[in-house]
Amino acid sequence: MERHFDTSLRELKEQLVVMASWVERAIEEATQGLQLSSLERLENVYELEKKINQSHMSVDSACLKLLALQQPLATDLRLIFAIIKINTDLERMGDQAVNISRNAREYIQAPPMKPLIDLPIMFQEVRQMVGVALDSFVKSNENLARDVLQRDDRVDALKNKIFKDTLEHLKTHADQIEQGLTLILIARNLERIGDHSTNIAEDVIFALTGEDVRHASQAATIKNVLKSSS
Amino acid sequence: MNPNSILEVKDLHAWFGSIEVVKGISMVALEHTVTAMIGPSGCGKSTFIRCLNRLHEESPGARATGQVLLENRDIYEKKVDPVSIRRRVGMVFQKPNPFPSMSIFDNVVAGLRLAGVRRSSTLKEIVEHSLQAAALWDEVKDKLHALGTSLSGGQQQRLCIARALAVEPKVLLMDEPTSALDPISTGKIEELLTELRKKVTVIIVTHNMQQAARISDQTAFFLSGELIEFGETSQVFTAPKKEQTERYITGRFG
Repeated sequence: MERHFDTSLRELKEQLVVMASWVERAIEEATQGLQLSSLERLENVYELEKKINQSHMSVDSACLKLLALQQPLATDLRLIFAIIKINTDLERMGDQAVNISRNAREYIQAPPMKPLIDLPIMFQEVRQMVGVALDSFVKSNENLARDVLQRDDRVDALKNKIFKDTLEHLKTHADQIEQGLTLILIARNLERIGDHSTNIAEDVIFALTGEDVRHASQAATIKNVLKSSS
Repeated sequence: MNPNSILEVKDLHAWFGSIEVVKGISMVALEHTVTAMIGPSGCGKSTFIRCLNRLHEESPGARATGQVLLENRDIYEKKVDPVSIRRRVGMVFQKPNPFPSMSIFDNVVAGLRLAGVRRSSTLKEIVEHSLQAAALWDEVKDKLHALGTSLSGGQQQRLCIARALAVEPKVLLMDEPTSALDPISTGKIEELLTELRKKVTVIIVTHNMQQAARISDQTAFFLSGELIEFGETSQVFTAPKKEQTERYITGRFG
């Protein structure tokens, strides 16, 4: 027998999925805008962000209402708890898309610096990471969520490479400091989007299993350090 | 055995005639904790707690086997007097049941008088102490000789708690003590439970999931006479280990 509550939960999930699709679109427009030097596509991000912000508030309010009126427990409680957190992550991802759009506008309006090599790869990685994280939520799939956690290291490595290569380039091209900094900022914005995807995946795992996997690698590292020093 | 265990149940079975309603339950209640018993109607949780002070056997055709160790001593040993057990394991029922012909004062000391306590100063002291412990003193101190039944439902229930506390039990069993009360009276009793746990160990049957979640340290989920899950309340209500518990507390049962 389906509960009325299940209908409300399904509607809430759908609302979050629509919001997520705008976030994906915003990231797509920001990254494509930079790659294609399209100011128009960069502009689209602002419109999408408005929708994301609206949705951010209405998802929160729907969650609050369900908590107050249904007093959910167990999986229901974990799901709503996860949705509240994913909602915040999505909103921040929208903000990062806006930051990329703003930085990209500066970058494409300045004199060209050098061909972008790693950044498009990072775009691709981050877009995939976001996609898999959202897919894990939509399909309630723990394996997909765990896959996202593995991808975070690749994104971090790309960001580090872009930082390093750009700094190296600037040593001999001091006149391009502004463009170089903008590139570094964009890599940083992308890395943050990756981090939010990781958060989403962690929340999906918690909602599905009750297991809190956050900071697990950090705890393992500390453990190893302690072990090796003793 | 856990050193803080006050009540340990081992393989407890209970029957009404030929029908087995409690099917081999084992669990431990620790000192100064509140344990909530949840489960659908007819799952055996009330019968189970009535076995913990040998009240079950008073029903016609009822019997129980197994061990219930109260402070390490089996209450089902042959020479144990059930009445002495009920003094150490008090009970509060769903419907407030003050003795109808007795004053508030006499209700509180009824158990003590049965036990032979006669000294008026002792009785007075215990009445005040018990009513304070039941958070009722301020409301009734000026009318201790009014009938217990003249109080409101919530006050009557707290009077019953005071009556149970007067004999200084080790364990207090509560069978849906707030199901007949309004939210304010319910709130008072829930607050009271948090205080009471400092003095006694509480085992409470409730149909209200939120109540179990709010007030208890451990939660036991019963189904068809079996203990399906027993664990920390925060774990049971956020991430239950058993599918049946999950289905029950999220209302997906049946």
